Formats: sequence, structure tokens, C-alpha cells
Amino acid sequence: MYPTKYHKANSLQEAFELYKSSQDASFLSGGHTLLPVMKQGLAAPSDLIDLSFIDELRGIEVTPQTVVISSMTRHMEVASNNDVIRAVPCLAALAGSIGDRQVRFKGTIGGSLANNDPAADYTAGFLGLGGHVETNLRSIAAEEFFVSMFQTALKPGEIIKRVHLSIPKSAGYAKFRAAAARYSMVGVFVARTELGTRVAVTGAGQSGVYREKSLEAALNQNFDATSLEGIQISSQDLIEDMHASSLYRANLIKVLAKHAVLNMGGIVNLK
Amino acid sequence: MTSISLNVNGKSHDLEIEDNTLLVTALREHLGLTGTHVGCDTSQCGCCVVRLNGESVKSCTTLAIQANGGKVLTVEGLSVNGELHPLQKAFKDNHALQCGFCTPGMLMSALDLIESHEQVLTPEVVRHQMEGNLCRCTGYHNIVKAIVQASKDMKSSSLS
Repeated sequence: MYPTKYHKANSLQEAFELYKSSQDASFLSGGHTLLPVMKQGLAAPSDLIDLSFIDELRGIEVTPQTVVISSMTRHMEVASNNDVIRAVPCLAALAGSIGDRQVRFKGTIGGSLANNDPAADYTAGFLGLGGHVETNLRSIAAEEFFVSMFQTALKPGEIIKRVHLSIPKSAGYAKFRAAAARYSMVGVFVARTELGTRVAVTGAGQSGVYREKSLEAALNQNFDATSLEGIQISSQDLIEDMHASSLYRANLIKVLAKHAVLNMGGIVNLK
Repeated sequence: MTSISLNVNGKSHDLEIEDNTLLVTALREHLGLTGTHVGCDTSQCGCCVVRLNGESVKSCTTLAIQANGGKVLTVEGLSVNGELHPLQKAFKDNHALQCGFCTPGMLMSALDLIESHEQVLTPEVVRHQMEGNLCRCTGYHNIVKAIVQASKDMKSSSLS
């Protein structure tokens, strides 16, 4: 790992000031993406600004319409929070399925969304439920947030404060995991909302998480797994790698959407 | 160089480290506690798991400076006066180690798991919650048996 200077930020303002006065800083959250990348020599920030000790960035609040999760809240805390389990059981189960127990003790929702890994689970949950992120500068809608693989609408120095997730009528998530790395090879999040059904797909799109409109249209017509039978998902813009071909992923999207629809209120974790 | 303090296995240490020093490096190379192993070095195998302030963490994916002021428990801190911890004893009794390389991480993950569940663990819970620890000898059946056994032994001794 290249040398770096570590800073423990005690407030959002301090973190922002540190960022501005550094040459090439990275914010550090759970570190379970950033530190491995730094170990490989693929990232070499001059400064690391640790956000995880900032009190105002921790906590969960559930209102009648939204689940509001502060950015440094860890997966373990979301998975075991009774208010989240009551409001959106599938979201708690999704958080409890990320990585492994040790990852869930460190990883945070803000870190996961800001990193926008194409195989992350939270990205599908956020885009599937809809809502917005509140940063130190502004509010960004879920639809505007994800720009491309590993890229978001966040500007340099911009920090996610809270993630506002709309509470659906019901939601389901199904994923198929790559055997060794335990990342989702494909994951499909289905949410029934007042404004119709939303289907977010992770792990498959070349530009990262996206909404699969063909599945949404079919489920808006008839919310039933059988209504997905005749749909052909195009493999054209899907990822092809050592784990699976784009054709395999295209089929998996449909299969997982069916699993999600058949198990609304929970998750299906295939491996 | 930066000064940090760590309480490791009940003993306080002041260390001079670089900011990019990993917790596992501080434990193994600065403190000579080589019981914590580095398996994959990519956050996947769990051989490096230690407890930090009670939680099980991958010490190869944590900076030592992030643990500054914290309490660390490593495998060396399990036995007391040469007597095996009930979890270590269960691993021995159930032949839950073959080459033994993954064992320190297994023990530290399992201890966190047992202590954070009020009930005796079921094999299903153990299999799900221990998925971050890989055994390349594939000795999982006996590892699961040992952890279930230890959770029974530890719960019953805490009741008596």
C-alpha cells in the first residue's frame, strides 16, 4: 500500500475542510472496498478522511413514508433494526445478506452507494425503492444518483449524510451469488409502490444498476410471476466476465425477478 | 510515524506505526502475536479475524490507526493459565482442525457469534454466520459441530 495520511474527522464540516485542504483525498467509511483497492496499488489517495466516527452520520429513523438511514450506519445495524424490519422487511434482509458477518460489521450504506460497485446489493435496494440521498450540499434523487459503473452524481468533496428510502406496499429481492467472492452475480429488487412496480437490477448492467422497464411494464399489467414468462431480456448491454456470459445474465434477470415476485417481503439468496 | 495505543488481550501497548499499517501487521510484526494469520489478504478468507471492541473484524482490511484506543482480542488471548478456552476445547474434541491455518480466524468469528446470541446456536445459523471463514481443508462439518458444542457448553456454564 502506498503511503497515506490518515485523518479521523469529528464532524461533517471538519471532513469537508480536510478534503479541501488535501491534495488527493479519499473519504474512508468501512474500508472494505477502498483498503483492498489500495493494497492492490490501484488507488493511492494522499489522505484518508475517516467519516465513520462522525455521530451525525449514524442512525436510523422510520417515518410513515420513508426509512431514513444515515450514511455511516453499518449493514449489521440496518439488518437488526426492528423499525426497518417492520417497515421494509426485505431491506433489512438485504442488508443482512451483504458479504459476510465481518463485512456487515464494517460496511455502511453511504460507502456502498458512493462506491456504486456494479455488483452491490444496496444500489438495487435504493433504486428499487426510490427516494433520494441528502448530502452536505444538496439532495439527489435515486434516478439521478447512479451515473455509471463506480460513478455517481456526487461531486468531489460531497458527502452523503442520509439516504431517504420510500416505503413500498411490499418489496422482494432475489440474488445469485458468485461462489467465492460472494458478490451478486445478478440481483433483482422488486418494489410495489403507489406509483407502480419498480424493478432494479444489479450485477448485470455494463453501466451499473438500472431499472428493467420491460419487467416493470409486465408486472404493472399483472403482478404475477407468470406474467414474466414471455419476456426476452436483451443481453446487449450486460456484463460478460469469468463468472457468466451476458446471455446467462439476461436469463438470470428474469429468473430472479420471478423469485423476487414469489417471495415478496423477504429475500432469496441463491448460490 | 504516528503513535497509537491498543489494548491487546488485556495488555496496553503504545505503538509507532505508519498510517498505512494494517491491524494484522501491527499484531504480527510489531507485537509478535503471530497467531492471527494472513490467508488471502483480499478480505475473503477470514483467517485474520480478530475481535475489535467485541466485534469480529478482518484485521487485514482494517488499519491499525482505525483501531486506535480500542480493545483487541486475538487467539493468544483465549486460553487462561494454559487452560484451553471452551471453544478451543470443543475444536479439539470434535477434530475441527486439520492443517489449522484457518483455525485462529474460525475461533475469533465463532466466539463473537456465540456471545452475541442468547440461544444455543443451530448448525444453520453457524453455517450462515460463519460464511466469511474459509477452510481450504474443507473440514466444515466438524467445525460446525464444534461451534454448536461450544455454544452449548458456554451457555450451560454461564447458567450454572
